[in-house]
Amino acid sequence: MSILIGRDTRLVVQGITGREGEFHARQMLEYGTRIVAGVTPGKGGLHALDNRVPVFDTMVEAVRETGANTSCIFVPAAAAPDAVLEAVGAGIGTVFCITEGIPALDMLPVVELVRQAGSRLVGPNCPGATSPGRAKVGIIPGSIHREGSVGVVSRSGTLTYEAVQAMTDAGIGQSTCIGIGGDPIVGTAFLDVLQLFAADPETEAIVLIGEIGGGAEEEAAAWAADHLRGVPLAAFVAGRTAPEGRRMGHAGAIISGGRGTAAEKVAALEAAGFRVASSPTELPALLRTAGYRG
Amino acid sequence: MKLHEADAKMLLVAQGLPVPPWAVARTPEEAGEAAAKFMAEGTRRVVVKAQVLVGGRGKAGGVKLAGTPAEAEEVAGRILGMDIKGSLVRKVLVGPAAMIVREYYLGAILDRASRRIVMMASAEGGVEIEEVARVTPAAIHRVAAHPFLGLHDYQARELAFAVGLGGPHLREFVRIARGLIALMAANDADLVEVNPLAVVREPGPEGHVERLACLDAKITLDDSALPRHPELERLRDLDEEDPADAEARHYDISFIHLDGTIGCMVNGAGLAMTTMDLVKQAGGEPANFLDIGGGAKADRVAAAMRLILGDPKVEAILVNIFGGITRGDEVARGLIEARNRQERDVPMVVRIVGTNAAEAARLLHEASFETAATLDEAAGKAVAAARRAAGGAR
Repeated sequence: MSILIGRDTRLVVQGITGREGEFHARQMLEYGTRIVAGVTPGKGGLHALDNRVPVFDTMVEAVRETGANTSCIFVPAAAAPDAVLEAVGAGIGTVFCITEGIPALDMLPVVELVRQAGSRLVGPNCPGATSPGRAKVGIIPGSIHREGSVGVVSRSGTLTYEAVQAMTDAGIGQSTCIGIGGDPIVGTAFLDVLQLFAADPETEAIVLIGEIGGGAEEEAAAWAADHLRGVPLAAFVAGRTAPEGRRMGHAGAIISGGRGTAAEKVAALEAAGFRVASSPTELPALLRTAGYRG
Repeated sequence: MKLHEADAKMLLVAQGLPVPPWAVARTPEEAGEAAAKFMAEGTRRVVVKAQVLVGGRGKAGGVKLAGTPAEAEEVAGRILGMDIKGSLVRKVLVGPAAMIVREYYLGAILDRASRRIVMMASAEGGVEIEEVARVTPAAIHRVAAHPFLGLHDYQARELAFAVGLGGPHLREFVRIARGLIALMAANDADLVEVNPLAVVREPGPEGHVERLACLDAKITLDDSALPRHPELERLRDLDEEDPADAEARHYDISFIHLDGTIGCMVNGAGLAMTTMDLVKQAGGEPANFLDIGGGAKADRVAAAMRLILGDPKVEAILVNIFGGITRGDEVARGLIEARNRQERDVPMVVRIVGTNAAEAARLLHEASFETAATLDEAAGKAVAAARRAAGGAR
């Protein structure tokens, strides 16, 4: 098994006829993801990706005609909150929003509506997820993965690739690798993903990649301390040298009022049993030290 | 984006909230004139406040009272030109000094954990709220605004009663609390603070009256929403900004200038922070945070190089690219072009992996760039190169 995406994923790509949407949909298809539909309002009836994927005007139609259960959003920031709501309204259970730069206040009612609908939103401003050998949704390069049993969760994009590549090079494969996004308001937090990994029989160890800002790492650590004893845990936190009060690229990566520092997060994670790496390349060795034998 | 007090107060006034009058002065003379005007209207004393985007102005001596226009001019002369935590004071706010009966704190923030706007109130006003949170956390009262309906009146009343404003000021407190929430929504603010919110005594036709007034205001805006608020973008204080910041914005590069000697060019925010951390670990100091973003092409790479080299302290450059959307060969071409055009010869260590890395490696090899296979190796090499460069210069 894996979490969030797998062999039963039937993906619809929202914004499939856009430049980004088409490029990444092609990569996902080549990886083996089952893309059953695309949606671009006004382009219904066309076929995308060399005629392999039917395009619909609305999500309701796409779901009715193809049985899609997961969506991946590549539409611009101004239209993305609406795209999330359209997906959830059509009954999609898992929505990945890749779009970056959505105003945070726009997301507050959206995450609440998603929650009330019983669906799950990953992102926005996230790279998506890969369950190696099964499916890839989003923009994570497929080549960095190896099938295995370590669950990886991160707030970052390229930093995740770095860590996953290091694991793959060391012969350590992943069950699912998921980027939850670098915005202050995201649909899925570290804690949610740890709970999913804990319930997944194929995930035997967990790597958490955090960064400065907010308290999501601490919240996850507190839960892990009580529920993940005996599970090999490793972590990395970016931003030990970040100055206070400056937004470090990601909207959510900011130390404010002395809170959200890397030092606080490292301390909380270590107290919860995570081995915390000082470089992402150390993660494979730390997993072994933590008792991972896969 | 942080707003100056005067601009923040303007947004409060736009919501109909009670803010005493003020004027902004850029010279001591202007401050004196503003004081004279307020005093002609019956004000006995004015307050002169440094307009900088950092906190702790009062402690730094950036807030002073004056009893005459001449005195206002004199204190403004002392405050203008002051350095407050690295910010040069270029303007001051002048306004009537309030007769303060009691100070409170009222603020609202975008709270990540609860995914709500959380409003906070405290009877411990006029001091830094972070300090209150640390020393007496129970003195801060919180309510969460509903994501669809906003702040309910009863929630504002709960806060009012909790801080002891349940008496004659109750209705006005509720109006102010709701106004702050409305202000956030109208302007895409992620933080708004009125500290102090004060009960002030003012002369009235039938003796003194007491009422609530917003005596200071702090607002930060969500950068992601600025494109839809051009009128707020115009409030950006270009004087307080590093000129490099404007160029970075133009090219869609995230750039933050720091104090070290190793310039960093990276794709992705998390990886950029990690690269800085590893430079530090290898014994160096990063000169900047720089994320060239996804899918960067040669022109953006060249702009990033200019930003880095614009800092005279930079003695070596570390380029770290993990290609996903970004193609390694594009970055390599950009680097080669940029190096051919750059005026200053600074040693560079390049590490490119991921998409089209083999082609990138070939190009870099032909152009005799120093390369590295891993991030740790690249950081070590860059620190060593900076040391050699510094040694050679001496």
